[in-house]
Amino acid sequence: MESRALYQEVILDHNRKPRNYGRLEQPTHHSEGLNPLCGDHIQLDVAVDGEQIKQLAFEGQSCAICKASASMMSAAVKGRSVAEADQLVDGFRALATGTADAEQMVTLGRLRVFEGIKDLPSRVKCAVLPWHTLHAALHAQSVVSTEGDADPVPGNPT
Amino acid sequence: MSAVPFSHNTTASNQGARSAEGATASTAPVAAAVAHAVDSGAAHGSAGVAGMQPDFDLARVRADFPILSEVRVHGRPLVYLDNAASSQMPQAVIERIVRYQRSGHANIHRGVHYLSDQATNAFEAARSTVRAFLNACEDREIIFTSGTTEAINLVASSWGRSALQPGDEIILSELEHHANIVPWQMVCDEKGARIRVIPVTDSGELDLEAYRRLFNARTRLVGVAHVSNALGTVNPVQEMISIAHAYGVPVLVDGAQAVPHETVDVQALDCDFYAFSGHKLYGPTGIGVLYGRAALLEQMPPYKGGGDMILSVSFEKTTYNHIPHKFEAGTPAIMPAIALAAAIDYVNGIGLPRMGAWEQHLLAHATARLAAIEGVRIIGTAPHKAAVLSFNIGNVHPHDVGSLLNDEGIAVRTGHHCAQPVMKRFGVPATVRASFAFYNTLAEVDLLADAIGRIKTLFE
Repeated sequence: MESRALYQEVILDHNRKPRNYGRLEQPTHHSEGLNPLCGDHIQLDVAVDGEQIKQLAFEGQSCAICKASASMMSAAVKGRSVAEADQLVDGFRALATGTADAEQMVTLGRLRVFEGIKDLPSRVKCAVLPWHTLHAALHAQSVVSTEGDADPVPGNPT
Repeated sequence: MSAVPFSHNTTASNQGARSAEGATASTAPVAAAVAHAVDSGAAHGSAGVAGMQPDFDLARVRADFPILSEVRVHGRPLVYLDNAASSQMPQAVIERIVRYQRSGHANIHRGVHYLSDQATNAFEAARSTVRAFLNACEDREIIFTSGTTEAINLVASSWGRSALQPGDEIILSELEHHANIVPWQMVCDEKGARIRVIPVTDSGELDLEAYRRLFNARTRLVGVAHVSNALGTVNPVQEMISIAHAYGVPVLVDGAQAVPHETVDVQALDCDFYAFSGHKLYGPTGIGVLYGRAALLEQMPPYKGGGDMILSVSFEKTTYNHIPHKFEAGTPAIMPAIALAAAIDYVNGIGLPRMGAWEQHLLAHATARLAAIEGVRIIGTAPHKAAVLSFNIGNVHPHDVGSLLNDEGIAVRTGHHCAQPVMKRFGVPATVRASFAFYNTLAEVDLLADAIGRIKTLFE
């Protein structure tokens, strides 16, 4: 697939007007995501009340794919339970690597626009980074790197 | 019109330098070399520069590189502008590899049989070819390594461990590739030595006055790139070596980005070590060269232990072999070394001065075209540059630019180019880098510039 279509469909819109961009005043969870390949670096704040994700916000320096992915993620998980968010994290990782099953595809909903990223192997990390970071925030890891063990793609920092 | 091979210091390049660092939308610094070949006012499109030709048969040269015509990307012809990362291989080198593997392969320096003799002769002939290419005094000053990185590691490990004492200093520059930083950090950490850094000016040149001030009684070595991989700056290494030698300090030159573009003469430079890689010189990966002054190499301890690097071994005492074999433990990359020699023969057949002159035309045209696009910031505007053009489009991340260029079949490098200190110096996490080889065309430069214009519009 050509990346231009992906950019035009979704990425440019979210890159210009990212949803939930900024920081939370009183986050209950926080994590920092790093992608040594691109230099992507995002901060993610989450406010969880009981089992429900009430608020989340991100900011940082990143490429357009990462920013759009974070923006759409924030809209998709807001108001969901932590368990549902975990399911979406797994689903998105599977989508980005071309291994999502039918059930995951249904759960992902609008996030399926990122399906084409699997054909841009060098950019999969960019799309997955916010999801890595969310998983780390919800499960008490302060910093996560795309070169970590949970990374779905073998690393190639230069 | 036949091309006028223009020297690196023409007014043309100096004008290019005015698109100074920091200028987001520099006013078209049309290099004179472009201007004299472009219809007035028509700095765009290949039609305007159709009169400019290399001093060799470009179509024939392109036909020498099968990959340039065999590969299509998204249905479009490949536009390969990532030559500073790795260049492509001509058919002559491919055929040499095939011939060696079909009828010339055996282990070297060991067997008494026919094939081993053949392979040994070809391998040692390759060493002579490299010696002549660098104009070194003797074949034994040429050590085959896996690449520039290993060549620098060899010196850092062997020379560094034996020569450095606590408190000693090594001078490196701010624009070095990580391969000429990290090996020195490793040995300096181990020996309690420290690294001093030559700063870079806003145009991407080394500050030579600051360089002079870095020398003191503890200075033990200077390590500097001949050409910056990230910016393209050609450093005045001859002058820098002469300054270092006045203090009795040896100099290692990282020549990975220089040897494909200009003739290197290690005796004229008077350098102590010179390193380069085969795969950036139209040869294969897995082979590189360390030139070292014989007197220095003889004093240095071995870098790796194993076969071929010894004269005799017993558990009581091992006697090391003479140079260069002392530094070539184990079976070397025989085929890649022979293929590197074939690549050097190919390059010599065309001539580095002709190749470099055409690459300068490509660079001048690319610089003029990109500088004319509002929002494009060129990073590295030194008057003396090799065919490397680093830039950014506004705040668009270079990886986004790279993916979109790939849609059009255009291969560039995006990222920090393994030179994070120089990225930090210019306040950017990464750049887009187009790097040209003599087989690139002005039409390809125009395709790049047109695509950059479209990407800029897309992100507006």
